[in-house]
Amino acid sequence: MAVEIVTGNHAAGYALSVAGEANREARGVCAGAYPITPQTEIIEFASRFKFTKGSIVPVESEHSAMGVCIGASMNGARSFTASASNGLSYMTENIFTAGYYRLPIVLVCVNRTMGPPWNIWADQSDALLMRDASLIQIFAETNQEMVDSVLLAFRLAEDHRILMPFMVSMEAFIMSHTLMNTDLPEQKLVDAYLPPCDIPHRLNLEKPVCVGGLAWPQETLSMRVETDEAFQRVPEVYEECRKEFQKIFGRDVGGFIDPFQTEDADIVLIASGTIATTTREVVKKRRAAGEKVGMIKVKVYRPFPERELLDACANASKVGVLDRSYAAGVGGIFWQDFRAVAQGRRDDLLIQNYLTGVCGGDVTPDLIEEVIDDLAQRKTAGRPVWKGIDV
Amino acid sequence: MTTTASQVLTEGAQIACSEECIMRPGNTNCGGCGMSIAHTMMGRFLAKAGEKAVLVIPACCGIVTAGGYPISSYNVPVLGSTFGSAPAFATGVAVVRDLNGEKEQVINWAGDGGTYDIGMATLSAAAERNENFIYICYDNEIYGNTGGQRSSATPIGAKTTTTPYGKKALKKPIVDIMAAHRIPYAATVSIAHPQDFERKLNVAVKKKGFRFLLIHSPCPTGWKSEPSQTVNLVRIAVNSGLFPLYEVYDGVRYRVNADPDGTDPAQYYEAQRRFPKGAVDYDAVSAEASATHERLTRLAELWPARDDE
Repeated sequence: MAVEIVTGNHAAGYALSVAGEANREARGVCAGAYPITPQTEIIEFASRFKFTKGSIVPVESEHSAMGVCIGASMNGARSFTASASNGLSYMTENIFTAGYYRLPIVLVCVNRTMGPPWNIWADQSDALLMRDASLIQIFAETNQEMVDSVLLAFRLAEDHRILMPFMVSMEAFIMSHTLMNTDLPEQKLVDAYLPPCDIPHRLNLEKPVCVGGLAWPQETLSMRVETDEAFQRVPEVYEECRKEFQKIFGRDVGGFIDPFQTEDADIVLIASGTIATTTREVVKKRRAAGEKVGMIKVKVYRPFPERELLDACANASKVGVLDRSYAAGVGGIFWQDFRAVAQGRRDDLLIQNYLTGVCGGDVTPDLIEEVIDDLAQRKTAGRPVWKGIDV
Repeated sequence: MTTTASQVLTEGAQIACSEECIMRPGNTNCGGCGMSIAHTMMGRFLAKAGEKAVLVIPACCGIVTAGGYPISSYNVPVLGSTFGSAPAFATGVAVVRDLNGEKEQVINWAGDGGTYDIGMATLSAAAERNENFIYICYDNEIYGNTGGQRSSATPIGAKTTTTPYGKKALKKPIVDIMAAHRIPYAATVSIAHPQDFERKLNVAVKKKGFRFLLIHSPCPTGWKSEPSQTVNLVRIAVNSGLFPLYEVYDGVRYRVNADPDGTDPAQYYEAQRRFPKGAVDYDAVSAEASATHERLTRLAELWPARDDE
């Protein structure tokens, strides 16, 4: 175990690379790579890495980066790439393809504001744009969580009960360029954690199947239903991967959500990524002042942790959802999902949306205090509240 | 004893599913489809050369050829790709094949829309990287699968559903463009010249790196031509100089494979109702064809292909 002080990008690049290297006894690793701020260092790291049996292909676009990953994965290799913002949206068609082809490609997204205008700062709208793809999604809170989530992502995605692409996100600069103490596990531990990548439906000369041709509504529907069934298996397989992770690396990778002081909380805030870190600190302060406030970090976003969130809000009367994303004409995206989960199950719950740090603004402790104050005095929920605008 | 339809199909399939077949009967292609003929020839030539293949096919008639899931008329594994990224998919497949020391040919089989238009950037990038696979474009000069819209491969004057008054722009010179990437091999292929096709495919399979073949592929449905005339149309195109047969090694060494024999290009245009009367200036296309032939001949004189090529 080597604890180093590294950036989020370094952490992600390291984890992707050692996971790729871990497949050297099988069919190797192949990835498509294309730069975009603020993830570029990730693909640079992988391009420098000396793979025993692997190749990083420097392509001409994000669309092709995922295209190379799909071809490689369909020929049985382990595969990954990284992107952000408009790059991720340019990749969209092939992300959907990877999902529908049931290929366990791991993707790191450094959450950046969708342009135009060109704004390189943090906003989760890019990753959340992919919410309808067959794509498992995690939002990491620390560089350590980035490393651990990426390693877990390969194991989970490649499990034959799942076979699905997996995206791990972190916020631009706040994580991607911030140094943190991070345990970068040695290759031999990663080798022990990740079994050889085996894609059961890979191209096979003995079995000439046509993948991705014409299919009728019923046949296509059966594929969608299978996708849905695979998503339902994620929680069970996740727990297995988590236990095995604990055994090999000696630490917990964390659950779908991480509730903090929610047991008796009347007011619960829901947040993800680095906003969760700040929120947790503010909750500690409010608790010290005797207020019944709690918070939940959402780590796994797809499949959406419905049961876990409802359980953690069991004793709350008010929930504030903090979104670093904005779906035009509607509001925050986590809020939309949570509202749908509570519908008909917790109709008594006051659910209010706060748009915090959208377009890359800082989400300060003061801002979260304002959110709690607003929520505390609310009698009814209203439109999403924009926070952090200087007028 | 009568033979049932399913027996006919089964026996037919057994015959057609011999080693030398890439595309089996029961495919969805139209009568007189140039691509189907090209597939049949390619299957035979590859079998003769002892080559196995996997195909990567973007959205185009070639992927619909397979028929409805879960059946496939292809006798080889096929990976369908999104429209604009077939060369990227093929890159991934070929890289992993090479990492594992495997020998099958990775053949990217695409129409002109996927090649000249939506796939152009990806194609150019794969050629620039000199990725190790064969790219074959069957060029029917139209978005045939969607019912006949213009592409940048559509020749000037042709009426399509999106150029109802005839196309105004010139066809993109794709082989020149690909050869300019200095790829190991770029060549045009005619289904009316099977020996030339076979030789070129053999050259392609023996080389490493990015190889590009362009097949002139009539589409009777889109061209409004007689299905029985498909091969003849290609022959006229070659003999009149409209579709020059040539090859380029490493982007610099040329060989012209057929000289025009004075066939009148008017025969080509008049056999297709996509060219309304008066839409094409025959003198101008004749002059253009002669100039192209002269240019290629001069290139081949100045920088000839080697004797062993």
